[in-house]
Amino acid sequence: MMSERQQLAYIAAKAADARVNVELEAEGMTLNIGPQHPATHGTLRIICRVDGEQIIWADPAPGYMHRGYEKLTEVRTYPQINTLVNRIDWLGSFANEVPFILAGEKLMGIEAPPRAQWIRTVMFELSRIANLSLFLGDMGVQLGAVTPVFLAFRDREYVLNQIEAATGQRFHPNYDRIGGLKEDLPKGWIDETKAAMVKLRHFCDQMEDLVMGNVIFQARTRGIGVIPRDVGLSYGVSGANIRASGVDWDLRRDQESPMAWKHADWKVWTHPDGDSFARYWVRLQEVRESTKIVEQLLSGLPAGSVMAKVPRIIKVPEGEAWVSTENPLGEMGYYVVSRGETGPYRVKIRSASFNNVSIASWLLKGTLIPDVITILASLYFILGDIDR
Amino acid sequence: MNLIVASVPYWGQTIFRVLGVLLAVLIPAGTIVYVFLFKMMSFMQSRLGPMEAGPYGSMQLLAEVGKFLQKEDLMPNGADRRIFAMAPIIVVTSTFLVYVAIPFGPDAVFGDYPMGIFLVLAVSSVSVLGILMAGWASANKYSLLGGLRAAGQLIAYELPMVLAVVGVVIQAGTLNLQGIVVAQNTGEIFGWGGIGNPYILTQFVALFIFLIAAQAELSQAPFDMPVAESELVAGYMTEYSGIRFLLFFIGEFASAGAFAAIAATLFLGGWGVPWVDWGNLPDWMNIAGPLILFAKVLIIAFFIFWLRFSYPRFREDQLQQFAWKVLIPLSLANIAVTAILKVAF
Amino acid sequence: MGSHLVPTDDLWVRVRTDAWAPAHEVLRDQLQMEYFCFLSAIDWKPSPFGKGEDDPTEPPVERDMTIRAGVAGGDTRFQVFSRVYSVLRHVGITVKADVDDESLSIATIANLYRGANWHERECHEMFGLNFEGHGDLRNLYLPGDFEGYPLRKDFPLLARIVKPWPGIVDVEPMPGEDPVDAEGAGPEGTGEAS
Repeated sequence: MMSERQQLAYIAAKAADARVNVELEAEGMTLNIGPQHPATHGTLRIICRVDGEQIIWADPAPGYMHRGYEKLTEVRTYPQINTLVNRIDWLGSFANEVPFILAGEKLMGIEAPPRAQWIRTVMFELSRIANLSLFLGDMGVQLGAVTPVFLAFRDREYVLNQIEAATGQRFHPNYDRIGGLKEDLPKGWIDETKAAMVKLRHFCDQMEDLVMGNVIFQARTRGIGVIPRDVGLSYGVSGANIRASGVDWDLRRDQESPMAWKHADWKVWTHPDGDSFARYWVRLQEVRESTKIVEQLLSGLPAGSVMAKVPRIIKVPEGEAWVSTENPLGEMGYYVVSRGETGPYRVKIRSASFNNVSIASWLLKGTLIPDVITILASLYFILGDIDR
Repeated sequence: MNLIVASVPYWGQTIFRVLGVLLAVLIPAGTIVYVFLFKMMSFMQSRLGPMEAGPYGSMQLLAEVGKFLQKEDLMPNGADRRIFAMAPIIVVTSTFLVYVAIPFGPDAVFGDYPMGIFLVLAVSSVSVLGILMAGWASANKYSLLGGLRAAGQLIAYELPMVLAVVGVVIQAGTLNLQGIVVAQNTGEIFGWGGIGNPYILTQFVALFIFLIAAQAELSQAPFDMPVAESELVAGYMTEYSGIRFLLFFIGEFASAGAFAAIAATLFLGGWGVPWVDWGNLPDWMNIAGPLILFAKVLIIAFFIFWLRFSYPRFREDQLQQFAWKVLIPLSLANIAVTAILKVAF
Repeated sequence: MGSHLVPTDDLWVRVRTDAWAPAHEVLRDQLQMEYFCFLSAIDWKPSPFGKGEDDPTEPPVERDMTIRAGVAGGDTRFQVFSRVYSVLRHVGITVKADVDDESLSIATIANLYRGANWHERECHEMFGLNFEGHGDLRNLYLPGDFEGYPLRKDFPLLARIVKPWPGIVDVEPMPGEDPVDAEGAGPEGTGEAS
């Protein structure tokens, strides 16, 4: 006669067997990629149903990092929101402040002086370089090439040093203010930044040889994760992802904006393929282009003050404004509703990665598990951007 | 040496042999881990690597061993206990068994088998079983995926390895590893005996195939799908910690040393150098032999690890395509050409 | 039903509730606005908590609770608004529509713009609005058993309720300080949170 413990153990073993049998008979195995996973840039969970190594369906479940930004903005003043907003896309963080500040300036009817606009553009492009140079190394490491990412981190330090020299902070600079900038650039910054841009172009050449030219990298990314033009636009995919599908659209060039992009001579890069390799290629060219923009703008920086005349306590008059810019991750915009107080009534944050990742459920059907990693790496999202 | 060996009783000899195998396995493994994994990888990635433990971080390996030894022995809840425990032991055992057949000197060989290379190839595939067991018994879907990938990959790359070795065997005329070493060092290239006849010159295709297949057998990048760090965390090894993980770790690097030693024996001339009197080998050759072999092992291990740090990884189906559609036809062609040329010359 | 145009800058159009989906169809097919930017909602009823900066020791403040809508007008408490854009002509338009106060429901545009799927799910869980025809309105960010709709104005920001805004009231005296001196330090105080 079995004791009660033995009986329970017997039943548990039978139940475990039954579970395994059910799973083996059912169509595929449910695999959770994340939320803790080296491949997702943060806590993104993708629930996949897998048959062998092929995905039957995939469902991204974001929200593990939801910080409630839109609710928080309702109780903060505009300068306080500036600090908050830095932390949405934390790799290119100055770029998050800019559309918000521009929306505030639009509602108040203030224009920042030209020197401030030019420096803002320079810092915006520096944050783009900082963000995308990490991507160039990171996509290598997602595919298994462990060396380029160290070179990426090493060369990114030059850009972060420059951002720290100007603003005091490597990440989250909190440098932009409604009406201009916090303070002017330190002495010698312009020459150092130009030297850093030369180093970054050299880094781009290295990445082109080391990663893009690698035959295994090409075999793993060409033809993987193709986003057709109309599907991408319907999902709202923006930035380098949609430019890699052949859409010639860049908000820096195509939108009237007080920032200084029209004063530099630069090119918008597109690629017709729309696969993961195209997305890597477009971003590599964008980094190069950004270095050129920074150099040109720094050569022609106008003199003057960096802050317009704004009252000490900022009260924004009533109205609604929408401003979006071409952030490193895609199109980021803020819809600010103001009621004439020191803080907004409602801010809708349109973050690029939210739409970029929503295409994942369509894109991942029928791919293999290693390709999931490649596709996610090439879509390049930041969790703070998805979850706000 | 024979006198020393003869005067020690049998149980003493056994102890010597066991200690010898342990040394033979651990010293190359340790050196390879330190020189290539810690230092060479770091320098290639423009960083310094471990510097704290000992001068230039040389004691880092001892520190790591000590760390692993004092960790808690975890076992996942749903794991199959016995198989979970057995898996690392099987992997390490198969590596040790490979070292038994490798000749380190004219007399310094643990077992001089007439079919040495055949034994080595057969025994090295036992580790596949251990990996499969680890993947299944971990009760973790990621480990299972890693284990299945490993099984497919390792079995696929056994064939090119074996076929590559056949070319060497045809040229040497023997399966005995000691005989292959002697054949290389006493051979002549068109009548000139200056550097012997290391088979790397004539069998360069076979060496190329052998090294690629060895890279796959070791689950090193670009063939590290089973241990794909950015996908499966550590593949079949994910749930292992402490001493069990240490066994896997030692097994991995000892295997690297073992395959490098096999490659050195088959293609570079093993423990010998051609300019010694091969009719009457001096006794100090038994001391110098292991050192020469060790130097050759380091050269080959350099290439193995250099490839590991530079390339991204293949996808599983691309990996299999490469093995079946490229490497096997190439090795078959190599055998055919070798056989024809052996008859012709 | 209403529109608001800022020349060379932006355009808002408000449509009837039942014209929400057809309007998007027109925009997509005839005006080639293929790019879906975002979709969200606004709750126009002011928050009874203000900014959460009230002094809890004082009697509650009387607030003006009338519903005033923003640009392009509005009649109901909730409004949905979306933005679509044409990448060829570089023109975008913001479309607004009232949501019926009783049913709190409006048609879905997820079959027209695929990206609206996630945006409507987020709206549903944050505001409690129903999107007819969506079919899969699960929670996107919030855990499955979350009660309440966070972005509505009457849902309090819990951090400010649980702990009073430190600038108004010093709840605890600083170490070594006399409790009498510590009372009533206003927002222009030393700025040290207690």
